[in-house]
Amino acid sequence: MMLAASLSSGWFLENAFLIPLIPAIGFAVIIGFGRRLPKGGSEVGIASMALSLVIAIGTTVQWIQRVGSADGSSGEHALGGVFGFARSVFPAASEGGKGGEAYVEPVIRSWTWWQSGGLEFGLGQHIDGLAVMLLLLVAFISLLVQIFSTEYVAGDRRYTHFFAALTLFSAGMLVMVLAENMIQLILGWEIMGLCSFMLIGHWWEEAANSRAALKAFFTVRVGDMGLLVGTAVIFFGANQWAVENGSNGFSIQAISGWAMSGEASSSVLFWGAVALFIACIGKSGQFPLHTWLPDAMAGPTPVSSLLHSSTMVVAGVFLVARLYPVFYTGFDIGGTNVNLIAVIGAITIVIAAALAFVQNDIKKVLAYSTVSQLGYMMLGLGVGAWLPAVFHIFTHAFFKCCLFLAAGSISHSGSHHSFDMKKDMGGLWRKMPITAGTWMVSTAALCGVPFFSGFFSKDEIIDNAHNNGYNFFYYVGLIGAAMTAAYMTRATYLTFFGTARGAAAGEHHDEHGDAHADDHADDHGHDAHADDHGHDDHHGAHAGPHESPWRITAPLVILAVLAIGSGYLNAPAVGTHYFTDWVEPRGVAVELESYAGDEGHSEALGLAALPRAEEGYSEGCGYTDPAPGTVCYAPKLNHAKFSWGKAAPSILLVALGIGISTWLSLGVFGGRRNPLAGLTSRFAPARWIHTLLVRKYFLDDLYERVIVRAVAHPISRAAYWVNQNILDGVVNGVGRSGRTAGDWVYRNVDQRVVDGAVKASGVVASESGHALQPIQSGRVNQYGALLFGAATVGAILLILLNI
Amino acid sequence: MSALLAAEVNVAQNVGFYIIAALMVYGALRVVSTRNVVHAALWLVVVLGGVAAQYILAAAEFVAVSQVMVYIGAVMVLFLFGIMLTRATIGAETDLNNRGWGVGIPVAGLLLAVMVWAVIDEFGSSVIEEPAAPMATTAISDVFLREGLVPFLALSFVLLAAAIGAIVLARKD
Amino acid sequence: MYAANFLLLGAVLFSIGVFGVIARRNAVMVLMSIELILNAVNINLIAFALMNDSAEGHVFALYVIAVAAAEVGVGLAMVLMIYRNRRSIALDELSEMRG
Repeated sequence: MMLAASLSSGWFLENAFLIPLIPAIGFAVIIGFGRRLPKGGSEVGIASMALSLVIAIGTTVQWIQRVGSADGSSGEHALGGVFGFARSVFPAASEGGKGGEAYVEPVIRSWTWWQSGGLEFGLGQHIDGLAVMLLLLVAFISLLVQIFSTEYVAGDRRYTHFFAALTLFSAGMLVMVLAENMIQLILGWEIMGLCSFMLIGHWWEEAANSRAALKAFFTVRVGDMGLLVGTAVIFFGANQWAVENGSNGFSIQAISGWAMSGEASSSVLFWGAVALFIACIGKSGQFPLHTWLPDAMAGPTPVSSLLHSSTMVVAGVFLVARLYPVFYTGFDIGGTNVNLIAVIGAITIVIAAALAFVQNDIKKVLAYSTVSQLGYMMLGLGVGAWLPAVFHIFTHAFFKCCLFLAAGSISHSGSHHSFDMKKDMGGLWRKMPITAGTWMVSTAALCGVPFFSGFFSKDEIIDNAHNNGYNFFYYVGLIGAAMTAAYMTRATYLTFFGTARGAAAGEHHDEHGDAHADDHADDHGHDAHADDHGHDDHHGAHAGPHESPWRITAPLVILAVLAIGSGYLNAPAVGTHYFTDWVEPRGVAVELESYAGDEGHSEALGLAALPRAEEGYSEGCGYTDPAPGTVCYAPKLNHAKFSWGKAAPSILLVALGIGISTWLSLGVFGGRRNPLAGLTSRFAPARWIHTLLVRKYFLDDLYERVIVRAVAHPISRAAYWVNQNILDGVVNGVGRSGRTAGDWVYRNVDQRVVDGAVKASGVVASESGHALQPIQSGRVNQYGALLFGAATVGAILLILLNI
Repeated sequence: MSALLAAEVNVAQNVGFYIIAALMVYGALRVVSTRNVVHAALWLVVVLGGVAAQYILAAAEFVAVSQVMVYIGAVMVLFLFGIMLTRATIGAETDLNNRGWGVGIPVAGLLLAVMVWAVIDEFGSSVIEEPAAPMATTAISDVFLREGLVPFLALSFVLLAAAIGAIVLARKD
Repeated sequence: MYAANFLLLGAVLFSIGVFGVIARRNAVMVLMSIELILNAVNINLIAFALMNDSAEGHVFALYVIAVAAAEVGVGLAMVLMIYRNRRSIALDELSEMRG
């Protein structure tokens, strides 16, 4: 209790729920009045995102102060008796300052949304380092993308709707990020799915776009089943424990505590984790549900940049990171060296990187690159490298967003709305120096060139995989790094160097859309050339490529600076570890009473040195069950210690990848003599591999031809057959036999029996024949009669059986 | 009649019930047999009003008020509008029944027989205790907003969807 | 009061409604007959609520009333549309659904 006073809080931390609320209100305003506003609603979107960003920055600052106050590094906070006692018992911790590790209580607030049957569903906020980091990231990137969009979609016929959907998307993502419970998380998750659908299909007049939107929606829905099932499984597992401790089984905090308590059934944890991970596979484009993400590039480029590279697709990664205790104990990440998350992540890294080699559409290269990098994040979480994975979300958002916006800038001003690198680009670096420069910086960051941000995050993942005993995945990570460097070099060469081709050379060809579609016939033809909808008008005048206006280049430059700078928040090579201190949840047992929901009762019981050194834990959270009366909210994780010697292989491989790829690009695309040029046409195995890659491992064929056609079609055909032959047969048969019976009765009885009775029964028979005949008529009344008659007969049968 | 005079049976209540019930059954028969659509609608008002009266006898005042407001106030007006918009003639018509309407008599008769049999077999002699007071509206609202909240919300969506659907179907394009 | 009273009244109304659904040719009349059926069910629900002295039956009756209102709205809109397209709402002329 004494320590509680030393945990600082503040207005921004307490009111962080405003961050998603503001864009949500902004969305309503845009939808309601956007068309009447002078700028078509975009100013409302930008203003709401800017306001959100301000609050997010305030929240971040106060969170950092809070962490500081927990660590006691500020030195101004009186240390309580318990804390002092603990320090004397654990001398390793008594070095104070950054050496001490105290549990930093998240700022949790919750309001009852509705209750039903004794269950309470809350809305609230769960602000910890992870949430703060993503709040800041999402608000920042959303703002930049909206500024970019004012130029990029200017003059579009659904300009207002575009901004409304973008703003709603940001609100959904922010709701999910600060979700206090699983219901709220699902709410945000589904809002994002909806916005994704609306934005991919923004130019739905083109059939390919609406198909891509539907494909994305349905593919993600397949995974979303897992989210619902997983939430239910975890709820039923955790609820009893949670209720005993003053919460309920939806609360994320309670679920974390339950998963680490050692009282959880391991099979419930395992199957819950598997179900939840299926949702992450769908949302984050992991193998085998990654096929929607490249197709989603049919949307406008800002959408690709915001949703399908830097923020929304990390929702799956976020879910794993948020419920990490469930996955950690469910898959026993600390105790084995292979698990589902790591395997899926590793497969995704390699297959997506390989696919990126054969794409001619610049956005698709970036899309597969995104899939591959998401694989890295998953791999990181799977091998126990929680912090590097989360850090990779952070750095990746900046440089991938920058790359996408640069691609948008190229198509906007350089290649006349084409995204085809082979046809319409080349030699652009002279014409678009700013775009080219920012692209280069971001590419270097993506490839993991030393001293760019990607190096500090990706290398940490690879290094930690090795350190935690996941050796196989260490090699996969290295191979992936080399492949990343190679395909990005190819894309860079095709776009900015070599000879200018097509639109980049100033040719103004209107038929490029058709030729383009032919080239990609097996890609379902939905390439992003559809971007020229609606805003052709202001482009009629220009001839040839030129640099984009400031509203496009300003976000690019800001992002490029961050693509370098963001890495230094946690760069072990230069000795910074702010990110580790601020974001990572401390794996420390705390007293159980402290978590009833209201913050400020934290008492640190166990203290240990911050695991920055390379050390193997064998006790503590995640290894042994917490002592009675205490609870863990996060596993204690190892951190690999950085050294240049260990980073050398990956640096070497990246350099090798860049070198080989440059040499190949010069040979294949640059016209220089080279033994490898034209290999695919001369060497059969190479051609097979090429075909395999171009057809995307035939996964789309598998889904559409085999699964849809072989499963759905026979079922519908069988249903049709049953309908035609059996049901109709029965109905016809009844009608016919009724008629025959009537006729028979009429003929025989009428002729054989004496007059009076004869006529009466003849009429009855004829009536019954007539009554039965219309059964096949399709008339509602007859169906009603059949229904009630059958119900009566059924009731009689039931009564008879009962008596 | 001896049963009616038994001590535990409230005679006045029973007499009221039978009078209203007879009126309702007659009205219902007229609804399905009259040759005039508007008359059928008006006989339906009689039946629905009778149902509301029975609710009051059964101590369900809130439901009775809802019945009057929703059915007699809204649904009947809808019916009259529907009749007006679809039928120019107001007056007797000939072909209001199907050709095969005779089937209805055995089906409905059989259904009635089964239900009467089942009811008498199960509840033939049981007597309902006199309720002390009508069901409190607070009790109903407690159920509505606590255990029944999810169905209540679902129902709101059904009504919304029905309203939108009706507009979409009925508007002239 | 006998418990069977309400239930028997409900049974009679229900059967009359069933007859109406089967016999009537006019779509509006069929909708009216369906209202009879729903009201018969409601009487039973209220009767059971009275027997058990619980509020659940009342709540269910209210649900039924609400659903009936929705059903009438949509049903009459459909009838209206059919009438506009065919100048008739005789159900036996609507046999597009014949199998």
